[in-house]
Amino acid sequence: MSGGTYLGMPSFPVAAKTATHDGRLRGNMHRAMNTIRTRRARAVSELDDWAQLRQAGKEIKDRALRHLDEYLLQIEERVTEAGGHVHWAADAAAANRIVAGLAKAAGAAEVVKIKSMATQEIGLNEALAAEGIDAWETDLAELIVQLGHDRPSHIVVPAIHRNRSEIREIFRAEMGRNGRPAPDDLTDRPADLAEAARLHLREKFLRAKVAVSGANFLIAETGTAVIVESEGNGRMCLTLPETLISVVGIEKVLPTQRDLEVFLQLLPRSSTAERMNPYTSMWTGVTAGDGPSDFHLVLLDNGRTETLADEVGRQALRCIRCAACLNVCPVYERAGGHAYGSVYPGPIGAILSPQLRGIDNPVDASLPFASSLCGACYEACPVAIDIPEVLVHLRERAVEQPGHGAERAVMNAATWLLDHPAALAAAERAASATRKLHPRTLNLGPAAAWSDTRDLPEVPSESFRAWWRKQHR
Amino acid sequence: MTDRELILQRIRSAVANAPEPPEIARDYAERHHHGEPAELVELLAENLTGYRARVHRADDAGLPALVARLLAEHGDTSVAVPADLPAEWLSALTIDVRPDAPLSAVELDRTSAVITGCALAVAETGTIVLDAGPGQGRRALTLVPDHHVCVVRVPGQVYPSLPLAVPELDLRRPLTWISGPSATSDIELDRVEGVHGPRTLDVILLG
Amino acid sequence: MRVALFATCVNDALYPSTAIATVRLLERLGVKVDFPQAQTCCGQPQYNSGYRKQVEPLVTRMVNTLAEYDYVVTPSGSCAAMVRNHYPRIDVKSTELAPRMLELTEFLVDVLGVEDVGAYYPHTVTYHPSCHGLRMLGLGERPRRLLKAVRGLTLLELPAADECCGFGGTFAVKNPDVSAAMGADKVAHAEETGAEVLCGADNSCLMHLGGLMRRSGSALRPVHLAEILASTEQEVAR
Repeated sequence: MSGGTYLGMPSFPVAAKTATHDGRLRGNMHRAMNTIRTRRARAVSELDDWAQLRQAGKEIKDRALRHLDEYLLQIEERVTEAGGHVHWAADAAAANRIVAGLAKAAGAAEVVKIKSMATQEIGLNEALAAEGIDAWETDLAELIVQLGHDRPSHIVVPAIHRNRSEIREIFRAEMGRNGRPAPDDLTDRPADLAEAARLHLREKFLRAKVAVSGANFLIAETGTAVIVESEGNGRMCLTLPETLISVVGIEKVLPTQRDLEVFLQLLPRSSTAERMNPYTSMWTGVTAGDGPSDFHLVLLDNGRTETLADEVGRQALRCIRCAACLNVCPVYERAGGHAYGSVYPGPIGAILSPQLRGIDNPVDASLPFASSLCGACYEACPVAIDIPEVLVHLRERAVEQPGHGAERAVMNAATWLLDHPAALAAAERAASATRKLHPRTLNLGPAAAWSDTRDLPEVPSESFRAWWRKQHR
Repeated sequence: MTDRELILQRIRSAVANAPEPPEIARDYAERHHHGEPAELVELLAENLTGYRARVHRADDAGLPALVARLLAEHGDTSVAVPADLPAEWLSALTIDVRPDAPLSAVELDRTSAVITGCALAVAETGTIVLDAGPGQGRRALTLVPDHHVCVVRVPGQVYPSLPLAVPELDLRRPLTWISGPSATSDIELDRVEGVHGPRTLDVILLG
Repeated sequence: MRVALFATCVNDALYPSTAIATVRLLERLGVKVDFPQAQTCCGQPQYNSGYRKQVEPLVTRMVNTLAEYDYVVTPSGSCAAMVRNHYPRIDVKSTELAPRMLELTEFLVDVLGVEDVGAYYPHTVTYHPSCHGLRMLGLGERPRRLLKAVRGLTLLELPAADECCGFGGTFAVKNPDVSAAMGADKVAHAEETGAEVLCGADNSCLMHLGGLMRRSGSALRPVHLAEILASTEQEVAR
């Protein structure tokens, strides 16, 4: 019916090909995804007003985005009043420069970090390393990723592609090189692995001068930052060091305190399938005698305002990074997170990365096509981001890029044929007349992409159109 | 142009033609459970237990003995307390009591337990909120020791739901919401209780 | 009541038996159905591939061809969803056509008010609900209720039924490895049920699954829902 781009095959399919043939990865992902899907469905079904909460979540975010300038100024004012400092970073380089400068000013040769998508997006750890500052990830999964010289593959559970025995090997090999070693008799029981992480990280928490975090929400009305977590590494970082630097995307704003009653119902159930996550921290500026005496909020743009300017695409900025869309996505489950070539994998990554980074590179140009448009992501999204709608919208932008000439010609030809029923009928007759000659496989272009694994359909002896004409002569 | 001006300008031009969003329809439930106060306390206990906190009940007279028993059973040798914790709560203790004068992080790390009150609790979610108010101390206190004993006055401090509890909070204070002991599901989504925060959370419902 | 059949391009060219079955089924139920011959394709392949401009003449064609009918019935959830959900965003002149486009099971259950269509099909069947019918149209239990009422038919529950089969239009050729991996899992689930027939309401999905099944030598047969519902004691489909 329609052609495919076999000229300049884009990146996602190439990366996904490897993943689909990695038996261990497929097994790890399949088990994990099935577990989290079932749990989430149960957690959501507990609330009979889920649809209303979802609608409120969407509307609150839309309001925040529509008046983002006013809310950001309000946050700046409140945070400053409460003894904090606000910095504005138009792009990754600016944000990295600010954080490195603050860490140096605090006399720190290392920082402890809370899991943060924004700092991964801007490559902060690498930027700090270039300035001679070590950045230690303290979330268990991020620690596994960091020690394994690996990349995260999931927004909430970044080491989901690893199983327990792989994690044990990473801890045994790497912990000693970076601090307190793993015990010699470390088993692969999750409780023992968590204990090893506790001991390894505790010495880092106790000596750290500077912590770096993101934030899940910024409350404009009060200037409050909110972090939702499970392990307590967040609380350690937010409480023990003297200096706290929070790098937060400008879209994280919620207008009012009351909005928390919506998002603290939506987020835990959507992300970890819990009624409530173990720990949530909220702070406004600094508090004398309690926690850091020096607080810096870095407001990050890095492509967000450009996304905001896109009428269809801006809904991606409602995202609260819960990963519900990843967990229900059949493509993500088979391709794995790394195939998306971005810190934001899965369906939300497929619409966020090309918007934040631009669509003019092969990876980002391939991402809008990394979906069967089945709609499971939209159904699961707690802020009702119509991901399939944005994917199709971004496909329209992607095919404007070079390399789609052949496909466009096929599409034009198809449309011409389909707009000329007599010609279509003639084509159908020709296909039927030669049907015995049609092979079940072809090794050229899109037909090969089909028939490597699937037989081509048989052409019938006559089209429906031809049958109808005979019946109604 | 500064980054601040640049970002604000980009936002304004991005949303210039965007429609004004509708009034937010807050037609979600104010609460999901409509029981009497005693039933809410039950619900709180159930949800806390569900997340592996250990829940106990006491009246004012029985509290000191219960506190002493919980610390003894856990094998605690020292306990940190906020400077303003009611002295009678500690009256049956024979172990080393360390008022937060303040204690250094290293001292806290060498203290095995902590006792505090709380600001309020949310029954539907099994959540205790600390706001550094009376009897709660600063945030580090309830974080570094491995055993947290938290006293909730019932039914007075128990709110049914988030929509009824959130307006009661003062966001200018540092807030810590606790729903069970620290946990992780980072390894094969297998839940493990106890990573960096207190691995044992004892909640005493006092009333 | 004036009723038109929208056969869809896939059924017209590759699966005429499905469109024929739809006509026979509707006629058996007393509905006179017309096939306006100027119809071709709803334009979904172009739309979902990012060629929106190429869809516009097809929308115009659909609107002009089907304007005079009370209902347009189609044996494809995906094509029905394209017209009903996406057309109004592409061209405002489609706003009258859009709500009158019904997928076959919607027309049977909601308009005709039947669940037992008098069919006979002595086989074990498992049903795959294709995504666009499931999520965009909200077909819900309609197809399974119709199947359950078929005499001689044993309906076996498909594990992980809600998960996409991996077809996804051009996705099948742009991401062939993931598409095939998803399809292989769907086929494995269908085989687990022990059914003879894998039934669906979208031939594009069945073309993908059928291609995988034929390649792997599976004993399962893909059959469109319309063909099962059209079959009777006198005329048993495949």
